[in-house]
Amino acid sequence: MLPAELPDAEAQCAELAALIRPHLAPDTALIGIHSGGAWVARRLRELLGLEEEIGLVDVSFYRDDFGEKGLHPQVRPTSIPFAVEGRPLILVDDVLYTGRTTRAAINELFDYGRPGRIDLAVLADRGGRELPIEARFCTWRIDLADDEELVLASDADGRLAWRLDQDA
Amino acid sequence: MRNPQLNAAGELTHLLSTDGLPREVITQILDTAQSFLEVSNRDVKKVPLLRGKSVFNIFFENSTRTRTTFEIAAKRLSADVINLDVTRSSTSKGETLLDTVDNLVAMHADMFVVRHASSGAPYLIAEHLQRIGRDDVHVVNAGDGRHAHPTQGLLDMFTIRHYKQDFSKLKVAVVGDILHSRVARSDIHALVALGTGEIRAVGPQTLLPSALEQMGVRVHHDLASGLADADVIIMLRLQNERMNGALLPSAREYFRCYGLTPAMLALAKPDAIVMHPGPMNRGVEIASEVADGPQAVILPQVTFGIAVRMAVMSILAGN
Repeated sequence: MLPAELPDAEAQCAELAALIRPHLAPDTALIGIHSGGAWVARRLRELLGLEEEIGLVDVSFYRDDFGEKGLHPQVRPTSIPFAVEGRPLILVDDVLYTGRTTRAAINELFDYGRPGRIDLAVLADRGGRELPIEARFCTWRIDLADDEELVLASDADGRLAWRLDQDA
Repeated sequence: MRNPQLNAAGELTHLLSTDGLPREVITQILDTAQSFLEVSNRDVKKVPLLRGKSVFNIFFENSTRTRTTFEIAAKRLSADVINLDVTRSSTSKGETLLDTVDNLVAMHADMFVVRHASSGAPYLIAEHLQRIGRDDVHVVNAGDGRHAHPTQGLLDMFTIRHYKQDFSKLKVAVVGDILHSRVARSDIHALVALGTGEIRAVGPQTLLPSALEQMGVRVHHDLASGLADADVIIMLRLQNERMNGALLPSAREYFRCYGLTPAMLALAKPDAIVMHPGPMNRGVEIASEVADGPQAVILPQVTFGIAVRMAVMSILAGN
């Protein structure tokens, strides 16, 4: 079911930061999942006033549909500019759907060490989970049909906004 | 005729040569390699992309470095790697190349990395696989005769892009025994595809093939003019074992005319990089002061080679 108007993604970022703030440890670090999650993680870092750079993961090398779909034509480097060992991490994504991307990202993080804990923060949870994964921090729950795609876009000024695409 | 490297959908399914590789495919390989570069710096230097796949290294010709870097690349992708020492196995008992391939396919091989002294051997295998309907099995040419060594060509492009970015403004000099060099051929095709500003081939008449100008290459027989103002210098190994007859008076004479010395290097741009595919003949094509000097990027080439081979194997396996 299409909502009449999509919520303001920038306002949701502020809301998400407010949800996270009481649970921040002194050494909490953010990890954004390419590309929407990376934008949200950057925003959260500003809003939360974290000094540590954010980490970025591209899960292309860890996807479980490589056998069917092959390698994504545009893989971006994963960069985690800090040691994850023992550290509390918050994995940030724009939309939580099947949970497979989150699974791939967690696997990838463990190849860098053993984090102290990993939480998941998302702007939107659209249901449809295929794995036992839930977000600890989430600002928006919406039920969408399989042929609908919720896309976070960044405009020329870096402002984030939602778009709802219909698969042909 | 269909490009034998591409499948019906136009995707890369075998890597046989840089000749005929579309620019977008080369760029995709280099971009993907950029991401793999970081994997080798992790605690766990492995990604699960090729888990459960079997990669067979079939080397009909010796090469420690190339075989090892392919093996490392496949293992960092979590593939199982089987090294066949063909020089010591069935082939020496008279088995044909395609019989060997059929046997390995029956053992559920997913990918062949092939080096052969005969030009075209990897093509023969790729065509055979297509004929028997095994589009899911992929071939990587790890060097065939004098013809091609595409992963070396691609890792050279990766190295140039890493240090120099934009190819359109570059003067690239390929120096030495171009006639016998599959590396030179692979480099030149890739440099052309990437729109390199100026490509020069530098060497004595006897070691330069005749059709270079048709490929858009400027020929220099004089090292000094060939190096003048160059941004990138690719030195080739003087291939003693491939040299039949008297193409050269002596190695010492060669070094005097075409050896890269500090004085010769000074003719290139001050920030020019010096590359060499290895193994080097110090004192024959390159002076030790240059090989060990600040402008040499010969060891980074080896490191980049692993990332480029990881990119090639993962792109092929996914298509």
